[in-house]
Amino acid sequence: MQFIFEKRQSVSRQAIILVPIISFLVSLLLGAILLAVSGANPLLTYAAMGKGAFGSWRNISETLVKAIPLMLTGLGVSIAFRMRFWNIGAEGQLTLGGVAAAWAALSLADVLPAWMLLPTVILFGMLAGALWAGVPAALKVLMGVDETLTTLMLNYVAILFSKHLYYGPWRDPEGFGFPGTAPFPEAAWLPRLGHTRAHWGLLFAVVLAIVLWLVLNRTRWGFELRIIGENKRAARYLGINIARNVILALAVSGALSGLAGACEVAGISRRLQQGLSIGYGYTAIIVAWMAQLNPLAVLLVAILMGGLLVGGDQVQMMMGLPAAVGLVLQGMILFPMLAGSLFTEYRLRIIRPEKTPPALVTTEEA
Amino acid sequence: MQHKIGHVFSLALVLVILLTSCGPAAAPKEEGAYKVAFVYIGPPGDLGWTYEHDRGRKLLIEELGDAVETKYIENVPEGPDAARVLRDYAQQGYDMIFATSFGYMDPTVEVAQEFPDVKFEHCSGYKTADNMSTYFGRMYQPRYLSGIVAGKMTESNTIGYVAAFPIPEVVRGINAFTRGVLSVNPDAEVRVVWTNTWYDPVIEREAAVALLDEGADIITQHQDTTEPQKAAQERGALSVGYDSDMRAFVGDTVLTAPVWNWGAYYVDTVKAALDGNWETHQYWGGLQENVVLLAEFSPKVPQDVRDLVEAESQKIVSGDWDVFCGPVVDQNGNTVVAEGECMADGDMLGMSFFVKGVVGSISED
Repeated sequence: MQFIFEKRQSVSRQAIILVPIISFLVSLLLGAILLAVSGANPLLTYAAMGKGAFGSWRNISETLVKAIPLMLTGLGVSIAFRMRFWNIGAEGQLTLGGVAAAWAALSLADVLPAWMLLPTVILFGMLAGALWAGVPAALKVLMGVDETLTTLMLNYVAILFSKHLYYGPWRDPEGFGFPGTAPFPEAAWLPRLGHTRAHWGLLFAVVLAIVLWLVLNRTRWGFELRIIGENKRAARYLGINIARNVILALAVSGALSGLAGACEVAGISRRLQQGLSIGYGYTAIIVAWMAQLNPLAVLLVAILMGGLLVGGDQVQMMMGLPAAVGLVLQGMILFPMLAGSLFTEYRLRIIRPEKTPPALVTTEEA
Repeated sequence: MQHKIGHVFSLALVLVILLTSCGPAAAPKEEGAYKVAFVYIGPPGDLGWTYEHDRGRKLLIEELGDAVETKYIENVPEGPDAARVLRDYAQQGYDMIFATSFGYMDPTVEVAQEFPDVKFEHCSGYKTADNMSTYFGRMYQPRYLSGIVAGKMTESNTIGYVAAFPIPEVVRGINAFTRGVLSVNPDAEVRVVWTNTWYDPVIEREAAVALLDEGADIITQHQDTTEPQKAAQERGALSVGYDSDMRAFVGDTVLTAPVWNWGAYYVDTVKAALDGNWETHQYWGGLQENVVLLAEFSPKVPQDVRDLVEAESQKIVSGDWDVFCGPVVDQNGNTVVAEGECMADGDMLGMSFFVKGVVGSISED
């Protein structure tokens, strides 16, 4: 007997609906086993997680606080991935966006009229992110430097640079020597929604997701990007300027992550300090894949992921389990969901030796 | 494209149905019990900082019994994320919340504003409010005493200090330790390596190994693991612990350790709240209050050193003298505190220079 993966001729509607549901049930089942072994009631734990993430308006707003940076970085990563440009530098682009936004908020407050400060802060964040993604893009198309390495390495550069700034020259002189810049002037605060911590970043993310969806699906440029991702040779035959498109798309990708960073510092911490680079840019990669690079789906997946992060606290707070169980549980829930997407494009066939036609092992990427 | 949106949407739907159909999970609040929550930076099993806070929490249960109900959450990152955890406890009806790391300061201020009826206790910061106090200990005092032990017992005259973050608390500890070392051994030097971590066993071990390679024969540190001490032991070197009595976990190569003793403070503070006497305060207790102390000596520490430490300890407890009483000279030879004067608490809390005898620099300024 032999198992092979076979690419589906056409992706059936059934598979698209059933696979995620089954994956999710498998996720819950695996998680339940883990919880039971750890001595917690799985149903109560899931209920506590669900309540913690979505149980009240306040909890939902906290889930959104987590989801906003995931949405923006998830959108950014999706654009790059569509062209098969492996931008895993969203974390660094976000961080540098936060740094540039902080510089604008603190240095331009006395120069600019108050109403111009916040837009400038956001613009600086986006420009810095665009630059940080544009450099690896240029290196790739002009000199063939592998982008996986450059984008990853630039993360460390950005994160260490930001630390250097708030531990060193930018340290708040009135902060008793503790790390962190001075608080931003109020004109640089990104407004929050009602009395929650969720901020305008949510509106940016929703509007930008729609715009991106339209651009990618309804414009010539979106079409060009897709061709570049699917078949570089064809793109060249069609006379598409690959170098220019890659750099442009990566600038957009980085600008989105930079925007996420600017929103975090201007909307949440209102100063540059520890706690900006906490892995949103990496989680964004999972978000992008689970959303299958669809900008609108990124929004929903980011909310789910935010819920998982926020609900995960409850594993400790309500159930009294160690933090590690919460993290393993999050991993166990994600794994089948990512693995499941394989089954929407491939099908598993069991072949018995005597009847086997020559095996068709597909190795193409999905 | 529509298909994929449908796919994610249906997934969201299933999640919501599954999670809402399971009913309420929160246990009803037990009438009468005073609910106290602790927010930890690391796991209670770190055998260091969080371990000591959790020992304090356990003493609270032991002393006050059914009058209190405690919960804790571990591994909460510093920064804005902590606000969510604090808010969650406040919402669940906790009466008092202990936030036990410096980086929780701004989030605690923020949440304290939203919940005026909940009392917040922030460890090691400097911001207070009507319902928010700070508490900390003069760890620099036992640090100084442990420096005397190290200064007496080093043979290579090089002592390695694995330092956490370049913030005043850590700088103060390095300076106090170094002053202790130099008070008995003017030829010794204290080499500093920063890790920018509170709890990262791998990085902290590597830093200790680097210092041992430079010739250090005694290692001490400011993080919350026992790894630097273990690394020293494996090389046949000695060490001074921190946070908890690390000798119990590593062995007699740990000569002694400046340790925390939060239990009494936690019991007093919660009792005050139960009696309605809690007021905003900025607690900074020292050797005298027994909130910080020096752990028992290893058998390797000779009697004359023990006697010397005891005498110095008496000087501090009596209030006649403190670690940063002049003359205090910085790394560049400038006198920071003149003879006959003592450094004020405010200056100690914001300390950002190294004293003479320290080899290393405080990040970039």
